[in-house]
Amino acid sequence: MTAGAGPDLAAASGDAGMRGWSPQRVWSVAGAVVLVALVWGFYAWDGAQTTAVLGGTVRAATLLVLGAMCGMIGERSGIVNIGIEGQFLMSAFTAFTVASMSGSLFLGVVAGVSTGLAMGWMLAAMSVGLRTDQIIAGTVLNIAALGLTSFFYDRGRSLGQPKYQSIELGPLADLPVVGTALFNRPPLTYLALVLVVVLHVLLLRSVWGMRTTAIGEHPGAAATVGIDVIRLRYWNVTLAGGLAGLGGAYLALESVGTFTRAMSGGRGFLALAVMIFGRRTPLGAYAAALFFGFTTALQGQFQLNDTFDIPAQFVGMLPFVVTIIVVAAAGLFGRMRDPAALGQPYEVR
Amino acid sequence: MRALMRAAAVPLASVVLGLVLGAVLIAVQGHSVTSAYGALVLGGAGDADALLRTLQKATPLVFGGLAVAFAFKAGLFNIGGQGQLLVGAAFAAGVGFGLEGLPLVVHLPLALLVGGAAGAAWGAIAGVLKATSGAHEVIVTIMLNFVAGNLTDWLAANPWQDRSGSNIIARTPLVEPSAEIPTWGWLPAGFVLAVLAAFACWFVLERTTYGFEVRSVGANRHAARYAGISVGWIMASTMAVAGLLAGLGGAIESLGVDGRFEAGVNVGLGFEGITIALLARTNPIAVIPAGLLVGLMEAGAAKMQFESGVAPEIIDVIQALILLFVAAPLIVRWLLRLRDRPDAPDRRLTLGAGWGR
Amino acid sequence: MAAAAETVVSQTEPEVLLAGHGITKRFGSVVANDDVSVELRPGRILALLGENGAGKSTLVNVLFGLHRPDAGQVVIADENVELSSPHDAIARGVGMVHQHFQLVPPMSVVRNIVLGAEPRKLGMIDVAQARRRVMDLADRFGLHVDPDAAVEDLPVGAQQRVEILKALYRDARVLIADEPTAVLTPQETDHLLDVLRGLTAQGVGIVFITHKLREVMAAADDIVVLREGRVVGTTTPAQTSEAALAELMVGRAVDLHGDRFESGATGVGSAVSTAAAPSDEAPIAEADEQPVVLDIAGLCADDDRGQRAVDELTLAVRAGEIVGVAGVEGNGQRELVEAITGLRHAAAGTVSISDRDASGARPRQVTVIGVGHIPEDRAKHGLIGSYSVADNSVLNRYFKRPFAAGGMLRRDRIDSHARDVVATFDVRTPDVDSPADSLSGGNKQKLIVGREFSDDIDLLIAAQPTRGIDIGAIEFIWRRIRERRDEGTAVLLVSAELDEVLALSDRVAVMYEGRIVATVDPRTATREEIGLLMAGAESSAAGS
Repeated sequence: MTAGAGPDLAAASGDAGMRGWSPQRVWSVAGAVVLVALVWGFYAWDGAQTTAVLGGTVRAATLLVLGAMCGMIGERSGIVNIGIEGQFLMSAFTAFTVASMSGSLFLGVVAGVSTGLAMGWMLAAMSVGLRTDQIIAGTVLNIAALGLTSFFYDRGRSLGQPKYQSIELGPLADLPVVGTALFNRPPLTYLALVLVVVLHVLLLRSVWGMRTTAIGEHPGAAATVGIDVIRLRYWNVTLAGGLAGLGGAYLALESVGTFTRAMSGGRGFLALAVMIFGRRTPLGAYAAALFFGFTTALQGQFQLNDTFDIPAQFVGMLPFVVTIIVVAAAGLFGRMRDPAALGQPYEVR
Repeated sequence: MRALMRAAAVPLASVVLGLVLGAVLIAVQGHSVTSAYGALVLGGAGDADALLRTLQKATPLVFGGLAVAFAFKAGLFNIGGQGQLLVGAAFAAGVGFGLEGLPLVVHLPLALLVGGAAGAAWGAIAGVLKATSGAHEVIVTIMLNFVAGNLTDWLAANPWQDRSGSNIIARTPLVEPSAEIPTWGWLPAGFVLAVLAAFACWFVLERTTYGFEVRSVGANRHAARYAGISVGWIMASTMAVAGLLAGLGGAIESLGVDGRFEAGVNVGLGFEGITIALLARTNPIAVIPAGLLVGLMEAGAAKMQFESGVAPEIIDVIQALILLFVAAPLIVRWLLRLRDRPDAPDRRLTLGAGWGR
Repeated sequence: MAAAAETVVSQTEPEVLLAGHGITKRFGSVVANDDVSVELRPGRILALLGENGAGKSTLVNVLFGLHRPDAGQVVIADENVELSSPHDAIARGVGMVHQHFQLVPPMSVVRNIVLGAEPRKLGMIDVAQARRRVMDLADRFGLHVDPDAAVEDLPVGAQQRVEILKALYRDARVLIADEPTAVLTPQETDHLLDVLRGLTAQGVGIVFITHKLREVMAAADDIVVLREGRVVGTTTPAQTSEAALAELMVGRAVDLHGDRFESGATGVGSAVSTAAAPSDEAPIAEADEQPVVLDIAGLCADDDRGQRAVDELTLAVRAGEIVGVAGVEGNGQRELVEAITGLRHAAAGTVSISDRDASGARPRQVTVIGVGHIPEDRAKHGLIGSYSVADNSVLNRYFKRPFAAGGMLRRDRIDSHARDVVATFDVRTPDVDSPADSLSGGNKQKLIVGREFSDDIDLLIAAQPTRGIDIGAIEFIWRRIRERRDEGTAVLLVSAELDEVLALSDRVAVMYEGRIVATVDPRTATREEIGLLMAGAESSAAGS
């Protein structure tokens, strides 16, 4: 099974449509059905709590899917981006600082996205331009972001205004179960959802998406038909950074409303697991992000109520343990295939 | 000697460049660079106390650096030094305060051993998963860092919490004197262990058949398989050794420096291990000076803040810059106009990425 | 870009389609092309003939814009041009059919063909139009492929057609084909030559790179022979002979009739002399009396994608004989070798080596039993490039005495062993501490052969033992393999070069789709018979 654009041009997911239902697809559909049934059951049992958990799920998923989309554009182009964590953190910092100083959330978002672009360009410069090992290059971003944001962190600064507030999408918000969770959200969440759909179409059907797949699978072949591999990789990794930058802005200005040291808390890494689980497609990643977001939301809910007496630390482990299981299971059962040129620097002869 | 100079040129230049850019940051903030760096050096090596602090700081850094460097030889990127160190520190402290009435010759080695074993087990998880399912060690070790953080927090806050007086901090009681690592004047015994560990790593890697196997797997996994080496075993065991090293670093921290395990202490040591290993170009012996350098900066940071007002986080920034220059040696080579000899093999650090097998 | 094929015939004919004048190209201190001039005219097939490393690939890479020449002029359609990338060459109607197909395996045929020149609608690929154009082209030139199949699911011959279509889609008037027959059966080769002929009839010019004399004589209009980066001869098939071409190519007289099979007019593909083979005078008398060393029964193994690649294969190799496995690449040869040597899990069947059960044995166990293995892929399996020659000389035997004792490596013993191997097997290296990566391909291969031969082995498994190396090294390795056979070692030879299999083997086992479909005597079987078997024809012709 290929995890990229399949040969079938109309393939909705990354799978080659004509090969029928793969075990993975059967499992994911079965999982989705079970999940929906469970959610419905819980909703009937305790509407308020279920709504809270679903809201938390979407909130956590938004950050994860933005990071995952950043990661997948890079990986489809052949570049591993392990620096998403650093991109989140750095852009959250600049978004917060600019919003606080200017009094404009929008300028904050612009600053966050710009920072993400700049960090993406740095990753591209290191891994594409200087052909540094990609994992080391990403690690450099993470350490640099932690160091710089700690150094410039101003404990006394506050946002000085409310964070982004929810916007009700008319009657849609009144739908049972999903109404509040999906259609009564702040603006960046909607933006992220739009980006998921747009990017999905672009990656699987556009000329850009096809060329991106080509430079990730066989850069040499792409070069022989006149595609500038280095240039496209630079562009892709840089632009993908903008998505992570949006994630950072979302984190600081919409999800939390402030900046704290190391506030990304490992979610840049979780985004990679989300990307892998979502088979490097935006819609797949969003499904995976909802699943991971669900574990995070559960964690929050467990801590708030005392129905279950589980120590906070064990609940806190949940998303990370799930990630390990997912990554291991993907290897054991998934036969997931990476883009063939993933991780290999491309050298123009 | 010339070869040594050539090998050391990029790391040394990276350190200098990092310090220069750090100086620019300090100056931009309106502080005096000379007084800041002067205080940094005095605070790290000005007197016996400063030296002791530096060596104490350097000990877990050397272990953390070795934990990264050793795994690197097998082509594995161990970002899990953090978690391995935490479980090592927590379990060593657990044995240190939990067992009473043992003589020092039994208690201390036992506590160290348990700490090391805990780290080894933690590291082995990632190695075994990599070998069996192909799960990428980078993802798994990062996740294990968070799991270890939560687990050790819980240990320190619940079953092993110090209940004396009105303590509400998540920390264990002080370890028994029989489990304390001694300090000889300005020389902590733990640092001696770190140096011994570095030489042991070098010996194992360069002189034993096991080391040949580890390096073969790192250099060319397919050829290693052809050569009859069990790649899965090497991955699993190498990660265990790496975890052992980080775990020992944590154990020494608990038994020799803090005297207990406290949740939230030592955050970041795992990442510093990466900087140190890359600064040492993954050579175990070179990890010692690299660890000392970073240890000195950390030991002197407090004095620097006290005397010149520069935030100690500048150290993190300088480290990140050094890492950037070491990782992208082309920048430094370009700046220094260093030319590779045309016949020199490519010595670039590579891991070969990709998440699957 | 309306209907690519129409433009091909409708444009006014240039006199010269493609030419290089005085091309010189250096890589470091190596001069790959030295003042090379070639010229291709419309409707003709120009054969570039030369050994590995003669500079053919460099030349076409210059003509195609992949390399910039250090000196000289490239001419396309009567115009002097500066090519900065293949894109420039493509835009001027030059297409390349690469030896290693430049196709993106998981993408569909249509997508591969249009990649880089996609018909588009609002930035999206215009699927319908892309598909229609590809189908039109395929019909016009008789190159039939399934447009929606993923390239990785296609057989090699079909992938090659995709490569050709890719060039034609870009209005190629010149087609450069780099060793296009290397992966084809003799019959597929004939078919390809027909296709190329058909293209010339429509005005396309073709540069055809090969080291096979027979193909040159059969297909070329003009012949340019390269040796050590220089043009050493320009001729036509009518004015020359295979023997003359071989001499030009190698630089010395070669005996074409030393092969143990009847070469005649058609039998010689490679210009390698085999006259020196001692076995020619003394073939193994009664091989049947020798004990069976390698005994494979019902062996099954899957390829990397989980498809059955070796299918209930049965084969035996006796002491003192060379059994050559002939077959088109990708018929399970690689998986067979890997399953025997423990590099690949065997799904079923048994392997016994020297009367010991080696089914499911690990590589280490296979080595210890007494098996030498020259792996197909030097860089991937055979050597660790960053290791020294010394370490590589014990790569799979480092754990044995005297190289190790008590878990410690004994450097002095390893070094002296390495010096022995280097001396005995003529490995050209400054010293044994040099990294293996610094050696040439031929010397790397000699190092591997030396390593495998320096241990006490009963069975040698040699996979593509002379791939991509110069004739001197080929002769040397062939001689060593024959000597080893004469000393009583059982040899299983797997090679994609039919000429190599025929020259070395005492018996030839033809492999097709994972099975041995026939075993023939190389002294009596003809190339055509073997070619038919390789293509899957019924084995009634030449069973034994």
